Amino acid sequence: MKGELETFVLEPERFEFRALPMHQFALGRRDFFKVFGAGLAIFAVVKEASAAQETAPGPQGFHNEELPKQIGAWLHIGEDGTVTGFVGKAEIGQNVRTSLAQTIADELGVAFENVRMVLADTAVTPFDAGTFGSRSTPTMTPQLRKVASAARDLLVEKAAKQWNAQAEKLVAGNGKVTDPASGKSLRYAELAREDVAQQKPPAEDPVKPASAWTIAGQPLPKVDGREFVTGRHRYSTDLRPDGLLHGKVLRPPSFGATLVAYDDSAVKGMTDVVLVRDGDFVGAAATTVAGAEAALAKLQVKWKELPQISDREIFPYLKNNAEPSKEERFRKMKGSLAEGMAAAAKRLEASYTVAYIAHAPLEPRAAVAQWIDGKFTVWMGTQRPFAVRDDLAAIFHVPAENVRVIVPDTGAAYGGKHTSDAGLEAARLARAAGGRPVKLVWTREEEFTWAYFRPAGLIEVKGGIAADGKLTAWEFHNYHSGMSAIDTPYAVANVLTEYHQVPLVLRSGSYRGLAATANHFARETHMDSLARTAGLDPLAFRLANLSDVRMRAVLLAAANAFGWPRQKMEENQGFGVAAGCEKGSYVATFAEISVEAKTRAIRVNRLVEAFECGAIVNPDGLRNQVVGAMIQGLGGALFESIHFENGRISNARFSSYRVPRFRDVPKIEAILLDRKDIPSAGAGETPIMAVAPAIGNAYFDATKVRLTSLPLQSQSG
Amino acid sequence: MAESIPLEINGKKYAVNYAPDTPLLYVLRDELGLTGSKYGCGEGMCGACTVLLAGVARRSCQIAVNAVAGRPILTIEGLDKDGELHPVQQAFLDAGAFQCAYCTSGMIMSTVSLLQANPHPTPEQIVQGLQGNICRCGAHPRIIEAVQKAAGSVKGRAQ
Repeated sequence: MKGELETFVLEPERFEFRALPMHQFALGRRDFFKVFGAGLAIFAVVKEASAAQETAPGPQGFHNEELPKQIGAWLHIGEDGTVTGFVGKAEIGQNVRTSLAQTIADELGVAFENVRMVLADTAVTPFDAGTFGSRSTPTMTPQLRKVASAARDLLVEKAAKQWNAQAEKLVAGNGKVTDPASGKSLRYAELAREDVAQQKPPAEDPVKPASAWTIAGQPLPKVDGREFVTGRHRYSTDLRPDGLLHGKVLRPPSFGATLVAYDDSAVKGMTDVVLVRDGDFVGAAATTVAGAEAALAKLQVKWKELPQISDREIFPYLKNNAEPSKEERFRKMKGSLAEGMAAAAKRLEASYTVAYIAHAPLEPRAAVAQWIDGKFTVWMGTQRPFAVRDDLAAIFHVPAENVRVIVPDTGAAYGGKHTSDAGLEAARLARAAGGRPVKLVWTREEEFTWAYFRPAGLIEVKGGIAADGKLTAWEFHNYHSGMSAIDTPYAVANVLTEYHQVPLVLRSGSYRGLAATANHFARETHMDSLARTAGLDPLAFRLANLSDVRMRAVLLAAANAFGWPRQKMEENQGFGVAAGCEKGSYVATFAEISVEAKTRAIRVNRLVEAFECGAIVNPDGLRNQVVGAMIQGLGGALFESIHFENGRISNARFSSYRVPRFRDVPKIEAILLDRKDIPSAGAGETPIMAVAPAIGNAYFDATKVRLTSLPLQSQSG
Repeated sequence: MAESIPLEINGKKYAVNYAPDTPLLYVLRDELGLTGSKYGCGEGMCGACTVLLAGVARRSCQIAVNAVAGRPILTIEGLDKDGELHPVQQAFLDAGAFQCAYCTSGMIMSTVSLLQANPHPTPEQIVQGLQGNICRCGAHPRIIEAVQKAAGSVKGRAQ
């Protein structure tokens, strides 16, 4: 394994579904050694370590930035032996702070306890397009291994020179270089003290294969767990810098409303309030939240509203407003559908719908911004700190180097914290606050209303199977929800797959797994229908049409743990299966449910999921992610749905938008397949995908009624 | 309109000048810097702001600050003593019962309240006791495991 990185260009519709900026404002590194101690970084260039080139859509289109080649940009060895890793990814609960530290410790040969990570700070970490698309592990793990491996080799070279020994005979590990022959040893910190700038890393620089990992691959606990159980960790919402003002934004009554009358004369006399009107943006900052709210309440404003469609009309609207496919990549054909359908013994056609849902991270969007001497500092829970930096620079007409965005470990995101909104709003207020920092914390209602949603979708599927149960034709149209996992993993000769773009109705963007959940729901429900139509076992039918060994492996592992096929023990019991792959990882989910006879309410009693994402970096963190995705997936599967009418969200509260709670959680088993021979893929998204279709298929097993809409409960009850 | 309101939080006495109907949560967080209690919904539906009022779990976003004048309030910051974690905190840490951990303070405070009232809850009683606390990351099975572990250690300490 050479550790080189693939060149990675995002397909926006597959890895990103971009929410547009909310406001149009009219208004217009490398000093970390001071913080971390001088002279101890290694200033060598690492060969081939910076091929990774992520791009991501931003307000100015696609953003590219060279990743630094210097080891010192990624790694620093302190006088006390502490190793600091610098990565632009954000910790949002997915456990990268721990897993990346494990990777460095493992490759460099230092104790895990001696590695700490500096994450997502635009002033000190290398550029990063964002923490999304399950990219942190597949890009940053090899990058850090390459860098750590080069650093370790340089330290060995240095020791060899000092001892006049052969480098190959020295051993690096446990934070030091040792000469087994003489018994001499030098700590990394002592060696790194020397100027090694002239040293060149060896041309061949293999990193450790997963089979030789000692610290990576271990179920180590979250590094700073103690900070969290004591309540001492500071999220963005918890920051209280000196002189802090609290901000509040005046929200329009409905989406797209414009400000047509504005009278602030009642606020003019209030000396302790910073009031900003900039286009349709109106906000206030005061020493208390109540003070800012009071000021906004005194304004006389009028909004012009627009008529907008409601949730009742959404699916016909999506079908009728689809734009013709402009790009080849949206429409994929193989073989002849007509021939495939003609050859089929059974044909089946169905439409599936998926509702808008909200991320609802428990920490709402929030930011603290400060403007001093033409420079912004913004602390913010975001998945894309460098994009926030660029947005701020563009909007406030300052050079990007005058904007620093720092991401405190964040109260989750699930794909929902890609936009700059809260940061821009706090910065707009701070720009007027005379150097005082301004904190803006969105309320839960704002979070549910003004963030963005996982887009609704309509999916039309036609399938045909021959008498022997083999697929002969597959036609799949996704309207609006997205392209993630749109291609069928099953072997079929005649295929048409098309993604139909539709202009946005509600502000929409990325959500954990993107459209992979919608596409898997439609595909795996349809596969189940085909199997049932032909009188075949749903698992056997899938396996008969599947050549992908990794997908077969997860199906078989989960089936074995679940005990498929199962006999019903009671009338309204049902069992279902669904499987899939996306972003380099594989999942199979089995569900056992019961359906309440009168109300048709679905009770999920047991979920068994097998997941495989290559070599596992931290099995404990991975299990947490997989189980968490399964539970989060229950919400979208069963009951989550955003209701909207005329530009207003009518269930923008936890009392009216139901998310999974303890009583909803079934017995859960997660089976993790560790493939040490396959590079590690990300794991944050794929484990959510097969939950909904597995439950829907179990519902059919229980009732002989086919559910075709998410959330399922909206159709079953 | 603001008057001085005496508060007793984590065994320490404070006097705050706040509008009497201000939710306790905002006084804790914005005035006293006790930010371990979190804002999650402002309507008592998520449990992230849970504190103990005279030993019983309450949603601090739903209590007016003047209603708790002089009554003992315990927040997450008052749970560990001299660097030693409370058994419930230790159990959450040992079970790795969190991901983003934004709900963790509230989960721990609700658990302390639950175990004080019922030192040996059944799984159903744990679910009932934590039903008002939302975890969006899906750490529920580990949280239940942590509560069960803590129940054991609380018992162990009492013996």
